Amino acid sequence: MSVLSSTLAKFKIEKPSPAKLRDMVLGAFIPAVGLVFFLIFWQVGAQSIKTSLGTFPGPKEVLAQWGNLVDEHKTERKREADFYVRQTTRNAEALALDPKAEIRTRKFSGPPTFFDKIKTSLITVLSGFFLATFIAIPIGIVIGLSQSLYRAFNPIIQIFKPISPLAWLPLITLVVSSVYTSEDPMFQKSFIISLLTVTLCSLWPTMINTAVGVAGVSKDLVNVSRVLRLSWFTHVRKIVLPSSIPMMFTGLRLSLGIAWMVLIAAEMLAQNPGLGKFVWDEFQNGSSDSLGRICVAVLTIGLIGFFLDRTLLLIQGWVNWDKSAVVR
Amino acid sequence: MSQLHLELSSVGIDFPTAKGPFCALQNVNLKVMKGEFVSLIGHSGCGKSTVLNIVAGLYKASLGGVMLNGREVNEPGPERAVVFQNHSLLPWLTAYQNVELGVKPVFKGKKTRAEMREWIEHNLELVHMTHALHKRPDELSGGMKQRVGIARALAMQPEVLLMDEPFGALDALTRAHLQDSLMEIQHSLGNTVIMITHDVDEAVLLSDRIVMMTNGPAATVGEILDVKLPRPRNRLALADDPEYNGYRSAVLRFLYEKQKKVEPIAAKRVEKSAAALVENKQVA
Repeated sequence: MSVLSSTLAKFKIEKPSPAKLRDMVLGAFIPAVGLVFFLIFWQVGAQSIKTSLGTFPGPKEVLAQWGNLVDEHKTERKREADFYVRQTTRNAEALALDPKAEIRTRKFSGPPTFFDKIKTSLITVLSGFFLATFIAIPIGIVIGLSQSLYRAFNPIIQIFKPISPLAWLPLITLVVSSVYTSEDPMFQKSFIISLLTVTLCSLWPTMINTAVGVAGVSKDLVNVSRVLRLSWFTHVRKIVLPSSIPMMFTGLRLSLGIAWMVLIAAEMLAQNPGLGKFVWDEFQNGSSDSLGRICVAVLTIGLIGFFLDRTLLLIQGWVNWDKSAVVR
Repeated sequence: MSQLHLELSSVGIDFPTAKGPFCALQNVNLKVMKGEFVSLIGHSGCGKSTVLNIVAGLYKASLGGVMLNGREVNEPGPERAVVFQNHSLLPWLTAYQNVELGVKPVFKGKKTRAEMREWIEHNLELVHMTHALHKRPDELSGGMKQRVGIARALAMQPEVLLMDEPFGALDALTRAHLQDSLMEIQHSLGNTVIMITHDVDEAVLLSDRIVMMTNGPAATVGEILDVKLPRPRNRLALADDPEYNGYRSAVLRFLYEKQKKVEPIAAKRVEKSAAALVENKQVA
């Protein structure tokens, strides 16, 4: 009996205490008020801006454009499905008539939709970011451990860090065009160019923060390592890495933020079929819907950037040894 | 017992400062026999820790040197284990893993995996920590952390155990408990121990000899007191023992009459910045 009642008690919905209720109201209500004020301000403000493409879109128009983009995506997917059905039946019929018939299977070549472009952008930014991390963390550890190497690397880092992606692009474009030549390229050139631009611009925060974190390992722990006569590798793995993880992740978050910002600019110029190209194409297109569609893209870019940062925070929570540490 | 084991001969150390070298230690001579328990006592800032760090191989003496078994020591080695004042356990490893970290480099290739595990557990058992093998330092009390620190040092099977105020940060009861444990362990393992302490009772209770250091700068060995109390020693029985109290007052007299601490503030500052400078250099 008692087991049953205790099980039942678990399912009973508890009445929230007043303090908890207050927290919930403060946590949800106040941000909502902020958002509503922003929307009102946007709606009113937008009406007073007249551009060559008509009035600046307010929240309502942008929402409508979002609906359009979703519809376009669905239509395109349906066309794709239909195409493959037609192709399969056509091939089957050909084979029925003549078993030796030459079968051709083609890939569907419709234009990428807004959501395809989001996917491309995410793949590009993550590839560039991983490449940057792969380069930056080992270098950061090495220069963090050695003061001389740090001094040697520092001027290079400081000079390359502030360079705009737009300055890198022409160089990267030319180099990739001459170096990356293949009859049947695995990746499109525009992808490689965008990726390398992202990498070059997002390397630095991770590298610097890793180095600072590594150099800041507690004196006591370094002494422990010396007294226990740990090998270089064990020293790095057991002492340096765990203690510099918070700094490293600060760097990674800054890097990912930069990577995402740089990507949009790089895609515009390199014509990588992602969100950057979407914005550019809409701008060139200049229809009455364009501004609304660009606004959708702008908000999407913001939201994705936010989620990327949150994801990294989650990963930091898994990787960090100190589960009680508050990360924000 | 009467065999010369560790010898410091005219050890001196200068720390470079902006105003030129600062002489922290000068002409420190000390001979330690095998299995002996030696305490270093003196006012704070007199260079006790510096002596210990030189023996540990963390600092290099500018003058003179340290000989262990007839060979000079210049760098840390497995035959000299250190117990740090603030335990210095790695916060991301459990008690077991912390000890393992010290054991692995020493016994690599000499012990099998199972033997190593047994050895680690044996050492944690010595310090009565078997109940918390897989707890991380933040789940342990201060005394327990220090026990693990001692286990880590013991597990390296050192000839010399160097302890830098091992019980300084603990409350009086825990400290007494750990002192008893340490006496027991040292009695059964027969390690040579050099311990820094601020606590006169601790020094008299534990030591075979008490090395009293003069105040810095240019600190050196002031007096050496042989403590000839029979072992095993019992703190309760000794509390009223006139011999014990005689030793106690001898140390107190040295500290508070002969080496009365007059603190020249400027000198203290120089010493601090010197120590900081050396630490920075070592990071590099």
